[in-house]
Amino acid sequence: MKTFRIGGVHPAENKLSANQPIKVAELPKVAVYPMGQHIGAPAKCIVAKGDKVKVGTMIAEAGGFVSAPIFSGVSGTVLKVDTVIDASGYAKPAVYITVEGDEWEPTIDRSEALVTLKDKPELTPEDIVNKIKAAGVVGMGGACFPTHVKLCPPPGAKPEWVIINAVECEPYLTADHRLMLEKADEILVGVDLLMKGGKVTKGFIGIEENKPDAIALLTEKCKANYPNIEVVPLKTKYPQGGEKQLIDAVVARQVPAPPAIPVNVGAIVQNVGTAYAVYEAVMKNKPLFERIVTVTGKSLKQPSNFLTRMGTPMSQLIDACGGLPEDTGKVIGGGPMMGKALVNIEVPICKGSSGVLIMNNKEARRGEPLPCIRCAKCVGACPMGLEPYLLATCSGKQMWEKVEAEEITSCIECGSCQFTCPSNRPMLDLIRMGKQTVMGIIRARQAAAAPKK
Amino acid sequence: MANKLIVSLSPHVHSGDSVQKNMYWVCIALIPALLCSFISFGVGAIITTAISVAACVFFEWAINKFMLKNPKCTVCDGSAILTGILLAFNMPSNIQPWIIIVGALFAIGVVKMTFGGLGCNLFNPALAGRAFLLISFPVDMTTWPNPGQGFGTYLDAETGATPLALAKQLFKTTGAQHEEALRQITSLEWSDMFFGNRGGCLGEVCAAALILGLIILLVKKVITWHIPVSIIATVAVLSSILYVSNPTAYASAPVELLSGGLFLGAIFMATDYVTSPMSPKGQLVYGVAIGVLTVIIRTYGAYPEGMSFAILIMNAFVPLINNKFKPKRFGEVPAKK
Repeated sequence: MKTFRIGGVHPAENKLSANQPIKVAELPKVAVYPMGQHIGAPAKCIVAKGDKVKVGTMIAEAGGFVSAPIFSGVSGTVLKVDTVIDASGYAKPAVYITVEGDEWEPTIDRSEALVTLKDKPELTPEDIVNKIKAAGVVGMGGACFPTHVKLCPPPGAKPEWVIINAVECEPYLTADHRLMLEKADEILVGVDLLMKGGKVTKGFIGIEENKPDAIALLTEKCKANYPNIEVVPLKTKYPQGGEKQLIDAVVARQVPAPPAIPVNVGAIVQNVGTAYAVYEAVMKNKPLFERIVTVTGKSLKQPSNFLTRMGTPMSQLIDACGGLPEDTGKVIGGGPMMGKALVNIEVPICKGSSGVLIMNNKEARRGEPLPCIRCAKCVGACPMGLEPYLLATCSGKQMWEKVEAEEITSCIECGSCQFTCPSNRPMLDLIRMGKQTVMGIIRARQAAAAPKK
Repeated sequence: MANKLIVSLSPHVHSGDSVQKNMYWVCIALIPALLCSFISFGVGAIITTAISVAACVFFEWAINKFMLKNPKCTVCDGSAILTGILLAFNMPSNIQPWIIIVGALFAIGVVKMTFGGLGCNLFNPALAGRAFLLISFPVDMTTWPNPGQGFGTYLDAETGATPLALAKQLFKTTGAQHEEALRQITSLEWSDMFFGNRGGCLGEVCAAALILGLIILLVKKVITWHIPVSIIATVAVLSSILYVSNPTAYASAPVELLSGGLFLGAIFMATDYVTSPMSPKGQLVYGVAIGVLTVIIRTYGAYPEGMSFAILIMNAFVPLINNKFKPKRFGEVPAKK
């Protein structure tokens, strides 16, 4: 069975909610929409206090090419335009909407009927990309890179395949898994649309073998209707859902160090949730305003998967699972390997919120760091072939030139090094600091070298 | 909200691996060899090991408490216990207790703690301790007890030549002495050497038990195969070449592999985390270099056994190896069809 070729670790899977069908979450009383929900320029707010909005009304337009518009997931009145602390922990400009009823924009097709490309052969690749762009679709795996940008490769790069990331390698999360089981047909149409939009003829869906039911279901449907799409079962290993690791696992090509991007080796990688969002955007005229969120944790009464309108506070989803347990130590937005610990649970669900994970006091605490014993386990675990012990130590000593020469900018911050370290060393904390500093140095150098106007 | 949330950076989970677990697994992997040594050399093997462990733990504890005034318990990580076992494994089982204690003081006090304790030492403490004793007390350190004298054997053990000393005679002597060495070395039973029925340091004699230890370490993922396999393969290849070139002057490959501390060194000493290279490529280079040095010292040097010096010499090269041999970066592995 295929997998990526360098490093990797095996965290306990803990997919507690894998058998929980997707439930529709209740509407919130007030929905909150931060303006920066994606990589790139923040969206620009186009509503003001007192404006009436419907479900699917645009409330902020894209702030540039690498950006995406934001749509309301509720109907009601704009309460205020203020700031909110989002999952990143920073205060960001945000629109607050008081919810009144549930009135949808009339342009949205709310029927359950499946629409395939055969029904709409007139769609050109440009139409598809424009609709994706207009619907505010971004990568749903968590990175939130605007989807239309990936479908418009830079000159000189020729995409050969669309690779769908259905790996869900983060422990605990099951949102993608449930989506595949419940919306398989829609996902495959979405993949078809992404292939047409990216002008490629071959698609792969990479799924880890810990989801055999999803592999079986999608394989069967591909065989019946989509001969150009191939389901690739992958050996379970973290971080297989990393874009570069997935490409290596599926087509055995490695994306070179930055500034190279996946399309330089011919791959367009999209999350399986993105494929579903693309289907809804293109075929149902439905902009991106809801998503599947896994709410989970060993101490939670009922770990669940919710279809959630964006803007809903996480606390409401936690309440729907039986409430925040007494001994909660940490609430994480996302999975345990790369998710962010939240400062409070009123943070709204955004485009990239794949999960909410509750950890008790004991689980939430790190072990006490001991001296590095140079066991080299971090070197063996690093999926990018770096030397985390060296990057961490040199970053701590502020040796920026050394860490740049050691390719610190290739680090994908997957956390495999820190996960595996027997001495509990806070390696990734230091490496992150080093990486950000070095990237700042590189930008400053480029700016200085650029011709003066 | 009543209780505040903990905020820290990802990852939020840990493998559960720890320094203690790794150290204790190495200690467990050494138990078969200790049992074999008890069978071969009697209670002396157990007494020597116990004294060595106690001395190492005591010196680390005392230095940490009274000289460094460090409130943390560094003995708890298990590394001093491991150093104690390995130091004992590198001595004859009939050695005087005070010599063991001097060795432990040098290993822990000088080689480990003066450099900053766990993780900071340049040289393998147990091996440096052995080298110190070998130079200081060459007679005591090289009079090895003969095996099979009963379980009560300790300081009163009868001593004799080891196969490696015979191999040395084979190369260095001529005439009647040479003939005698050749006769003795060709009469060595392969199975005796493999199962520990021979003279030597207390931990090195039973290759079978050491290989069992290697399997435990590999299965528990305490070490990788790179260092032990590259050392053993290098020595096997080089000694085979020498033997084929002149069978009357050199010992054969099985004698070279099974007669000295090769397995103990390759599996437990050279793989010491702190003093071995970090990248797989570096580990192979380190292993091959140790193999080459071992054969050279054994054949042409003054000492019959070259393993410990070979490892200590390569310990000094580890920072250079780490600088030169980097792991294969992502993006450098070619596309596969």
